[in-house]
Amino acid sequence: MSLRKFITNKTTAALAVLITAFANTSVFAQDAAAGAAAAPKVDMGEVYKSVIFYILVFLAVCLFIAIIGKAIKVYELSREAQGKPVGINWNGVHASLFALFLVIGLYGVYWEYTVHGSMLLPAAASEHGKKIDEMFNLTLIITTIVFVATHILLFGFSYIYKYSAKRKAYYYPHNNTIEKIWTIVPALVLTVLVLMGFLTWRSIFFKVEDPNHKPLQIEVTSEQFKWSIRYPGADGIVGNKNYKLTTSSNTLGIDFKDINSRDDEMADEMVLPVGKPVKLILTSKDVIHSFYMPHFRVQLNTVPGMRTIFEFTPTKTTAEMQQETNDPNFNYLFLCAKICGAGHYNMQKVVRVVSEAEYKTWIAEQKTYLNDDLRKQFNLPVAPAPVKSVADSAAKDSAAVKTNQMALNK
Amino acid sequence: MSTIALHDEHNHDHADHGHHKETLISKYIFSMDHKMIAKQFLITGIIMAVIAMGLSILFRIQLAWPDQNFPFLETFLGKWAEGGRIKPDFYLALVTIHGTIMVFFVLTAGLSGTFSNLLIPLQIGARDMASPFLNMLSYWFFFMACVIMMSSFFIQTGPASGGWTVYPPLSVVAKAMPGSGMGMTLWLISMVLFVASSLMGGINYVSTILNMRTKGMDLWKMPLTIWAFFLTAILGILSFPVLVAGVVLMVFDRSFGTSFYLSDIVMGTDILPNEGGSPILWQHLFWFLGHPEVYIVIMPALGISSEVISVNSRKPIFGYHAMVYSLIGITVLSFIVWGHHMFVTGMNPLLGGVFMITTLIIAVPSAVKTFNYLATLWRGNIRFTPAMLFAIGLVSFFISGGLTGIFLGNASLDINLHDTYFVVAHFHLVMGSAAIFGMLAGVYHWFPRMFGRMMNAKLGYLHFWLTFIAAYLVFFPLHFLGLDGVPRRYYAFTEFEFMKKWLTVNVFVTWAAIMAALAQVAFLFNFFYSIFKGKVAPQNPWESNTLEWTAPVEHLHGNWPGEIPTVYRWPYDYSKPGHDADFIPQTVPFSQTMSSNLPHDFEGNQEAEKIQQDWELANPVEENKG
Repeated sequence: MSLRKFITNKTTAALAVLITAFANTSVFAQDAAAGAAAAPKVDMGEVYKSVIFYILVFLAVCLFIAIIGKAIKVYELSREAQGKPVGINWNGVHASLFALFLVIGLYGVYWEYTVHGSMLLPAAASEHGKKIDEMFNLTLIITTIVFVATHILLFGFSYIYKYSAKRKAYYYPHNNTIEKIWTIVPALVLTVLVLMGFLTWRSIFFKVEDPNHKPLQIEVTSEQFKWSIRYPGADGIVGNKNYKLTTSSNTLGIDFKDINSRDDEMADEMVLPVGKPVKLILTSKDVIHSFYMPHFRVQLNTVPGMRTIFEFTPTKTTAEMQQETNDPNFNYLFLCAKICGAGHYNMQKVVRVVSEAEYKTWIAEQKTYLNDDLRKQFNLPVAPAPVKSVADSAAKDSAAVKTNQMALNK
Repeated sequence: MSTIALHDEHNHDHADHGHHKETLISKYIFSMDHKMIAKQFLITGIIMAVIAMGLSILFRIQLAWPDQNFPFLETFLGKWAEGGRIKPDFYLALVTIHGTIMVFFVLTAGLSGTFSNLLIPLQIGARDMASPFLNMLSYWFFFMACVIMMSSFFIQTGPASGGWTVYPPLSVVAKAMPGSGMGMTLWLISMVLFVASSLMGGINYVSTILNMRTKGMDLWKMPLTIWAFFLTAILGILSFPVLVAGVVLMVFDRSFGTSFYLSDIVMGTDILPNEGGSPILWQHLFWFLGHPEVYIVIMPALGISSEVISVNSRKPIFGYHAMVYSLIGITVLSFIVWGHHMFVTGMNPLLGGVFMITTLIIAVPSAVKTFNYLATLWRGNIRFTPAMLFAIGLVSFFISGGLTGIFLGNASLDINLHDTYFVVAHFHLVMGSAAIFGMLAGVYHWFPRMFGRMMNAKLGYLHFWLTFIAAYLVFFPLHFLGLDGVPRRYYAFTEFEFMKKWLTVNVFVTWAAIMAALAQVAFLFNFFYSIFKGKVAPQNPWESNTLEWTAPVEHLHGNWPGEIPTVYRWPYDYSKPGHDADFIPQTVPFSQTMSSNLPHDFEGNQEAEKIQQDWELANPVEENKG
């Protein structure tokens, strides 16, 4: 080949462009590396933060892509000029890329399932939560099979049936039998899932109350951006509220004319006795929030002007869970899951699940909502002996409530 | 019909421009030509998409690096990012406006508006829409809605920020957050204009499809794109007015002191006078539109991908009738599933059970569509044009995102997944990515029809692969955050111990999102460059059967010079055995394709069948033809 031909050959020209581009970048890279090694360590922090730096990087990438594009174009034109078949078989390229994507993608999915999949919530710590977890796993297995199978078909077909001028596609407009099968099979699988879901849903929200085993009532009130917890006191009933009674000293608007309210206790954290059903009464003062207890698979919105109720039974104490998760700092918690304003991202309270005995000592230490100020407001007799301990007065209050109740019942 | 006759006259002597009087304004701005309106919708949609994507990058930066300052943010956003850190209120505004723009302005108006306008008259063989003037109004209402929505970035209290679903009381009580002031008012005004726009569009689409099909184009000869646009328009007409009703009630609550959505509210210690309303009412009204809305978004994308996959596989779409019936099934069912957005909102649990059943039923037609796509690819002869790549990407996203819907549609599982990142991952795949890919497939496929030029295929390839990979990298990991109980719309993950392990994942996701965003530069450059400098398009670049490719490349108002072509066959006669080419356009009568006709083609017309039999007896098939 004569030198002249060699120079005018477009393939050579394209290669030359590519080589120059690579050479330049690598030389610059070497320069930069050398510079970095020689010069005392420069703080690049500011540079990395400046927008111009990134714009320049991006423009450099664009330039690089443009050069490659031109090189490909030159190559293809030269093939065309020489009367050879088209330079790059793009259909083949994409078919192979799809096959590659399938393989890498499936590995990626496996990686996600194992690595990120091991970072998830621990097994449910409530009775109904176990059922939810079982159903989740079943659904996960079914959907994963479908996911993998359909993707193998999708990308597999893309790979196998790539364009070829020699072949004609198979004219196959319909096949009623196949269509019936893939209508009926998903329908059947979904029926199973629906039935299971429906029964679980019913078992969660339509509970028959056992009179001997009454659930522990706890009222949770949300507001921007905090939670208030109200325990029922000795009578086991959370008293009435009326939002119109809200004042700065009675922030929840508790109606103390209702005797059930008088022994209601406030708490900084939610403490639950293990194995005992809990009936959460959820309300909201201002906007909609969502009471979300991920470890117990409990979530329900708190809606102003409406009481929502969720009943569940915790099955593992905090200590047990700390052992199970191997994390001594583990704590159950509840948080807000419905957008509610600027502080939405930080609305949490700790939940402690403890043994029955621990619960009893803890609840005895909690203060009532009713204090002397509120007694005056509601024209109630102020506590007779302020010297007495809080627990005592609470006990007395509840005793009074009981006699009152009995009086009412008579 | 007089307008059509008039157009005909124009076209006969369109060399003589003397009486045309087409000014710059009437041609490019207040145009009544459906092709120009389609371009207006598309370009506005693209601009809005770029804005919404930019917003998403802003909040992704916040999520990835919650503790770092980015001085350039302060340069752009001023007091909303004091010290280079986005404020919580503004973060919520970003999330809200990103969602609103993407769902309504990009994936409803940008997708339906563009392709319904472009393809309905061209694919059914009509000169223009039934009402070109209404069509023009539809665009301008949409444009005003966009302008008003964007204007909320320039007011003191910032844009609406209660999430794109704007649940009251958060969005109604101005004290609840700054965005619920003026910004929310603008949101509501914008939404009313938008609904007016989409109603005008929808009524036009339905009446055009029902009344203006060319000779021979019966309903079962329409391409699946038209079926999809038709059913989408019906869905929109029936559901959007409900949103307006809800919006009007909300305006009353906000401005005139009524209590439709409010009751028993205390802001701090300030007792509001509203009594008797229910915030749940809004949720019912909103999701009665909101759920059909997601099908309004995905059905045109499915229609486009049906067409693109069939053309580029060189194969008829598998189960044409099943595809239509599944679209009809989705349309009908989508009206009775809205409650699955409300399983844990305190709605009566009995309803939850009912909505779970209807919701999971809707998975059946969706599954049928997926399997039919796969069967279409099987033994095809696949040409990987950029449009085809995006259509395959759509099928992949539709599967991945659709399957997670089975989790969320199950009320019991939804208890723990509701409002977590699992939901975010689910709908970004099935509705966000899939619909965007459908839109991009449409743009690449019909660009030659719109602008008479070709887009650069190689930049299209680059665009597809970067976007496809990046979208999976962004959304796949988000499922796991949701499964760990991380709620959505959180400004930062720093306040919770259990969320801290996801911070590195957030950084990764943000980089993937930035990669996806930068990949769109390849598209934007390609799109705008090709409008002016692209290779001139041939008459039928993809060797497609549908009618739009028989109209001249040079646009003219009225689409076809002379008579509108007559249609003889369905649009999917690709690779029909016995025919020399691998496609037979709809305008080719059966009399010209005697060697490839099948008994099925004549739909029971005995005379035609007899002619065919006689011909076959006279021309026995040669052995080697097989």
